[in-house]
Amino acid sequence: MGALIDNADLVWEAFLTTLGVSVAAGALSFVWGVILAAFRVSPIGPLRTFGAAYVNVFRNTPLTLLFLFLLAAAPPLLGLQVSLGITMAITAMTLYTATFVCEVVRSGINSVGVGQAEAARSIGLSFFQTLGNVVLPQAFRSVIPPLINVYIAHVKNTSVAAGFAVFELTASALRLSNQNASEVIGVFAGVGLCYLVITIPMGIASQRIERRVAIAR
Amino acid sequence: MNSESNVLYDAPGPKAVARDRVFTVVFTLVLLGLVGWVVYTAYGNGIFDDRWSVLVDPSRGQSAQDVWVTSLLIGGVWGTLKPVLIAIPIALVLALGLTILRQSPLAIARIPARVVTEVFRGIPVLLIMLFGVVAVDMDPLWAVVLGLVVYNMAVVAEILRAGIAALPSGQKEAGLSIGLSPLQTMLRIQLPQAIRIMLPALISQIVVLLKDSSLGFIIGYSELLKTAKNNFNFFGEPTTVVFIFVVAVIYIAINMSVSHLATYIESRMRTKSKTVAGLKVGDKPVGPHGGVTAAGIGANTRTGDSTM
Repeated sequence: MGALIDNADLVWEAFLTTLGVSVAAGALSFVWGVILAAFRVSPIGPLRTFGAAYVNVFRNTPLTLLFLFLLAAAPPLLGLQVSLGITMAITAMTLYTATFVCEVVRSGINSVGVGQAEAARSIGLSFFQTLGNVVLPQAFRSVIPPLINVYIAHVKNTSVAAGFAVFELTASALRLSNQNASEVIGVFAGVGLCYLVITIPMGIASQRIERRVAIAR
Repeated sequence: MNSESNVLYDAPGPKAVARDRVFTVVFTLVLLGLVGWVVYTAYGNGIFDDRWSVLVDPSRGQSAQDVWVTSLLIGGVWGTLKPVLIAIPIALVLALGLTILRQSPLAIARIPARVVTEVFRGIPVLLIMLFGVVAVDMDPLWAVVLGLVVYNMAVVAEILRAGIAALPSGQKEAGLSIGLSPLQTMLRIQLPQAIRIMLPALISQIVVLLKDSSLGFIIGYSELLKTAKNNFNFFGEPTTVVFIFVVAVIYIAINMSVSHLATYIESRMRTKSKTVAGLKVGDKPVGPHGGVTAAGIGANTRTGDSTM
C-alpha cells in the first residue's frame, strides 16, 4: 500500500478521471437511453425499427470493439474523427450504456399495470399525457434499482478506457505496479478498493430503494 | 411488445391515421437519409473499392481459406470461445458453493461469502485480468479465465440467490419438515428449482462472458479482436474497416443467437408449462426480488449487472 500513499496525487487524479467519465457518459447515456425507449414504444413504425436495431447492435457488441471502431474504422468510414482519450471514452460509453438504460426503462414501462394506461386513456389523456403523467412516473420507481445496477456496471466498464489511452484507475494500477514491482498486490488491492468506494454504496442504495419500492406496492 | 405498448394510445381514428402516416413517411425518409448519408460519405472516402476483395481473394500470398478458417475462425472465434468455455463450469461450481454458503445458518460461513460476492461484483473484470498478468505472471489465456471466473461466480451467485428468494417459503419448510437437513433442503429442493427459474438469466449471462472475453485484447490475449487487428496490420491500413466490420458481424451473430436462446427458453417456460417446479410463472411477485416474472432477461438488470 506504500506505493499508493506515495503516489496519492496520481491515484486521486485517476480516481477523478474514472468518476468524471462515469458521470459524463452516465448523464448522456441516460438522455439517449430514455429517447431510445420512447422510440421503442412509440406508435411510429420507423422509430420502433430504429430503436430495436440500435439496441440489438450495440448491446451485442463488446465495448472494446466499440472503442476500436471509433479509433480505427470511424475515421475512414464516416470521416468522423473522435479524439483518442477522454472524448472517445465518453462517446463509446454513451453509445453502449444507452442501450441498457433503454431496455431497463422499457421493461419498467411494461411493468406498469395495463389498467393504469387504460384508465388514463379512458379519461381522454393523449399518448404523451398517458406516458408523461401516468405511466413514466410509476415506471421510474420500479426502474431505479435496476438502473443503478446498470450504472454500477457502467462505472466498472470505464476501465476499458485504460486500453485506449485514458489514465483512469485501472491504468494507474498498471503504471504503479510497473514502477513498484515489489508492491504489486497492494497496488491492485488499493485500486480495487477505489472502485468499491464507488460501486458498493451504489449497490446498497439499489437494495434499499428496491426494498422500499417493494413494500410500497 | 406491441400488445403491451398499444395500451398507451388508442386505436387511431381517421385523423390520427393520417397523422401517423405522415410521421411514418417523414421518419422513414429521415432514416433512409441517414443511411444514405453514411453510404455516401463512405463512398466518398473510397470504402467500396477493392479492399473488400481481401475477404475472397486476399493479397500477399494468402488464400481466402487462410483468412477465414485459419485466422478468423480458428484463431479468432475459437480464441474468444476458449476462455468462455473454460470459465463457465468453474464459475458455476464456485457460484453454487457461494450460494450454499450464503444461505447457511452459520454467520461464519454466510458473511465471508457475502463479502466475496460484493467485492468481486464491484471490481472491473479488466482489473482482475491485469492482476493475473502483472501480479501473478499468468499466461494471458488464464488471466482472461481468471477475470471471467471471479466476476461471474459472484454474479451467478447473485442470480441464484434471487432465484431462491423467489421460491415460495413453503418449499424450504416442506423440505425441513420431512426431515431433510438445511443443506439437503438447499441441494435437493431449493437449488434445482432456483436454477430452473433462473435459466434464462443464466444463459443471458453467457453473452456477458463472450463480450468480456474481448478484454483479452487489452491484456494481450489473442482473441477475435486481436485477430482482426493482426489481419488489418498484415493486409494494410485500408482493410481496417473490412475486418472491424466482419468481427462486429460475428460478435453480433453469436450474441444474438445466445440471447434468442434465452428468450426462447423463457417463453417456453411461460407458455408450455404454466407451472415451473410447482410454481406459477407469471404470478404476482413473490418475495423481495420481484418474483418469478423477473426470471427473464429483465432479471439481469435486477440481479446483477449482467449483459454489460
